[in-house]
Amino acid sequence: MFHGIRSTLDREFDEVRSELMGMSVLVDTAIDHSMVALMQRNTKLADEVIKGDTDINKYRFNLEEACLTLIATQQPTASDLREIIAILYMIVEMERMGDYAAGIAKTVILMEEEPLLKTFKKIFKMADISRHMLADSIQAYMKRDPVWARDIASRDNEIDEVYKIVFQRLIKIMAKEHDMVTRCTYLMWCSHNLERIADRVVNITEQIIFMTTGMLKEFE
Amino acid sequence: METPEPVFKIKNLNFYYGPVLALSQISMDISPNLITALIGPSGCGKSTFLRCLNRMNDTIPGTLVEGQIILKGKDIYREDVDLANLRQKVGMVFQKPNPFPQSVFDNVAFGPRVVGLTRDKSELQIIVERSLRQAALWEEVKDHLYENALSFSLGEQQRLCIARLLAVQPEVILMDEPASALDPIATLHIEELMVELKKNYTIIIVTHNMQQAARVSDFTGFFWLGELVEFSPTVKMFTRPERQLSEDYITGKMG
Repeated sequence: MFHGIRSTLDREFDEVRSELMGMSVLVDTAIDHSMVALMQRNTKLADEVIKGDTDINKYRFNLEEACLTLIATQQPTASDLREIIAILYMIVEMERMGDYAAGIAKTVILMEEEPLLKTFKKIFKMADISRHMLADSIQAYMKRDPVWARDIASRDNEIDEVYKIVFQRLIKIMAKEHDMVTRCTYLMWCSHNLERIADRVVNITEQIIFMTTGMLKEFE
Repeated sequence: METPEPVFKIKNLNFYYGPVLALSQISMDISPNLITALIGPSGCGKSTFLRCLNRMNDTIPGTLVEGQIILKGKDIYREDVDLANLRQKVGMVFQKPNPFPQSVFDNVAFGPRVVGLTRDKSELQIIVERSLRQAALWEEVKDHLYENALSFSLGEQQRLCIARLLAVQPEVILMDEPASALDPIATLHIEELMVELKKNYTIIIVTHNMQQAARVSDFTGFFWLGELVEFSPTVKMFTRPERQLSEDYITGKMG
């Protein structure tokens, strides 16, 4: 067993992994806060989410730098190499999720006093599912579990279903009541962002499968 | 962060083999408790440079050194420098493991006996064990201390040579291709050992193996035709080298 004779590689990997966890926590918080801001019409909190996006971007660049250093100096091979490549993709996905959360926060600021709709509950459900998917995907990554990753990816269907319902309801409302159009459009943006977040989680799960099995596979 | 005082300050070093200028205007500072790697193609002067650092080139007739090599404030080329003392402070590990054809114990005890560190048996035992532990060899040889050193694997012999060197408590360890005669796993063991040793020692390693330089070192110097083309933090050298020549060498476009 050769484990442990590359302590520099192991140490640098651990640092990268823990930074990745840190980034995922920040992204999850951004999604959560953007939804709380939406629910409470809290523009101050929304503003914090928008500003906080810079920190998420910083994480991405720091992680990219760390991966670059690790590849250049430690020459990872096989599963180590696949993991580094996976991480490089995963951080881009998470960075984009941060952008979507910031997008929701920007909508909150645009909406000002515009009241919410009943449909909001469903949108909140979308956020809930995507956040669980993200948290689980990070766990599946840490546990190197491709089966779990596949399972998480399949939950994207659930999001798509809810999204479809939200979309149809909002269209219906807009068709009936013209003074609701602005409000509905804003909520459509938010739900669209949440749907995209879940898609990004699916991309992460594809990377986990690549990392653990070596197979490049796109989920439907 | 305060930069620690360099162990070695090399200023405008020229080195001649007879009429041939082998090193030209080398200036660099070697920081303590770090690993500095010297890379470059064969004949670029990196080994010659390494050998200047403990005056190993003195034994070659017709050589000439110009400039200064200052070890902790003192120019090692001054006339009053005691060579034995210098080489105790600045030890060297060679490409081919070169243990004496004696027991493991006697190999490690050799230095302390010769430099008069101690002749006391129990003290020697303490030094031998400590040195072998530092060289990550103790567990493998503790039950074979009185067997001939040459009966061990090359990787073990090389670590024994490192233990032998540690026994005289050097400040700097020079390594000239210390792993090039070893298999990949023994090589990784030596690299692990280097990373461990830098906590207490300053290490300068010459290597043909660029990947090895990248893996173990903190600073990398790239030599080319007797000149130090670039001396950068290793991460920088292997991701964003400053000079086109370094870039071309590292990426294998020349050399």
